[in-house]
Amino acid sequence: MSGGYIAQQIVNGLVLGSMYALVAIGFSMIYGIIRLINFAHGDIVMIGAFVTLGLFQTLGIPFPVVALAVLTAGGIIGIMIERGTFRPIRGAPQVTGFIASLGISIMLQNLGVMFLTAQPRNFSFPDYLQRVIKIGAVTFRTIDAVIMISAFCLMALLMFLVHRTKLGMAMRATAENIDMARLMGININRTILSAFAMGSALAGIAGLMWGGKFGQIDPLLGFVPGLKSFVAAVIGGVGSIPGAILGGYILGLSEVLFVGLLPPVYSAFRDAFVFVTLILILLILPNGIFGKRIEDRP
Amino acid sequence: MPTLEKPKKRDMLKIDDIHVYRGRTYVLQGVSLEVGRREIVALIGANGAGKTTLLRTISGLLRPKKGKILFQPDSQSQEIDISGASPEQIVQLGISHCPEGRGIFSRLSVLENLMIGAYLRKNRNEILDDYNSICRVFPILKEREDQAAGSLSGGEQEMLAIGRALMSRPELLILDEPSLGLGPIVVESLFQVLSEINSRGVTILLVEQNAIMALDLAHRAYVLETGRVVLYGTSGELAGNEDVQKAYLGGIV
Repeated sequence: MSGGYIAQQIVNGLVLGSMYALVAIGFSMIYGIIRLINFAHGDIVMIGAFVTLGLFQTLGIPFPVVALAVLTAGGIIGIMIERGTFRPIRGAPQVTGFIASLGISIMLQNLGVMFLTAQPRNFSFPDYLQRVIKIGAVTFRTIDAVIMISAFCLMALLMFLVHRTKLGMAMRATAENIDMARLMGININRTILSAFAMGSALAGIAGLMWGGKFGQIDPLLGFVPGLKSFVAAVIGGVGSIPGAILGGYILGLSEVLFVGLLPPVYSAFRDAFVFVTLILILLILPNGIFGKRIEDRP
Repeated sequence: MPTLEKPKKRDMLKIDDIHVYRGRTYVLQGVSLEVGRREIVALIGANGAGKTTLLRTISGLLRPKKGKILFQPDSQSQEIDISGASPEQIVQLGISHCPEGRGIFSRLSVLENLMIGAYLRKNRNEILDDYNSICRVFPILKEREDQAAGSLSGGEQEMLAIGRALMSRPELLILDEPSLGLGPIVVESLFQVLSEINSRGVTILLVEQNAIMALDLAHRAYVLETGRVVLYGTSGELAGNEDVQKAYLGGIV
């Protein structure tokens, strides 16, 4: 096993981790602000992938415009989910929110199957995104570089929004104490909606990346990235954005390295490794890596 | 025929027979009180009397089933019924609520906590002026402005909570148990500051367990028992009242 082989696995892990991280951020932001897991979050990845397919492949709109459109579409879906599902049941017991979002997830998947059929579709990006780049022993495609770099830029932009703007400050205040935020004059409907919009926009763009990376999409594809990114958010400490990012990369890297370094017979257990990683980390750090003890809101 | 009464002095806040439930518990069973302009009014009473509920109703976190809450800021020529308004609207009108347990945002920095108090204000220069004047009153906040608010001591957190409440430039400041958990020396200086804030023109409505301190500071006071006002008057009158002495002042004045 050469150093080049390991470097190659690390690059693969970073690409996968970038996507997990982008999706995990949304889980964490939404959990942070309303203490609910949005189980429909993974399906936004699927919607992002299909929006990309439609705009880019069918209509031939230029790639950067498609990327912006996918971000917007993800954000709009997030806003619709909040307005239509979470806002009407705000204040209800947590389990109500879990079940409602599970319902949305099943509905989105079935609408996808109804209108797009369950037949997987090929997702082929043009040659300039597929070109193979070789640096030393490591080879990757342009799309892999695009995924890593754009994920990094989006995360930096998000950190800026959350930590350096007035809206971000209001979001952090709302996440910490909703009643106090209202007493400051913060419109909490707006801050909650913003968290949904930002988190979901990132999930949407992760859909574009997912399609580009794996080359095939279907209406049920959101399940796997949804589940694994949820695990990533838990590993990082759900509610923490840096935690979600770190969790995403840890998961992406460990998944690829497990498969790459163990004998090939074990590669079928790839998803089991993900959960073994989760269990090991939670045994040592029950609240995740950056997790603060999050008290239930009275 | 209803008789038309001439309005006497214009009160800042007039609560008229409010009834408030928390879940199924009937907490406020018809409470009326007035707070005059530039006054300090104290609300005393045992645990569970409904003091905190009353404050939370004024600031819009709870809604009364029945009754009116009339508020007239200096800028308005008429009283506004705020009993159905949202907390955001009420802050905008000029009521700032500093809740029990302080409610500071412990993961935000001290500076951010103060700035978020001015969330609805637009004029950056005025905000900065107020920030500087609050830092003059509480110099420790300036020293620790980049620290997470959760790392402050209890007394410092209370100063931060009061400073934050003042950052909205309120006309009426509502304080719930500001002395809770603080040592006597800190409480002393805190009350000194409250009196100063009041002399600058901020009206104060204060809930306090420490009845001796509260009556010392306030111009007038109300005694709340199981959701009703049982007694009210000037601080002097209440301090001299035998029942008050027995129940709240531990028999000594």
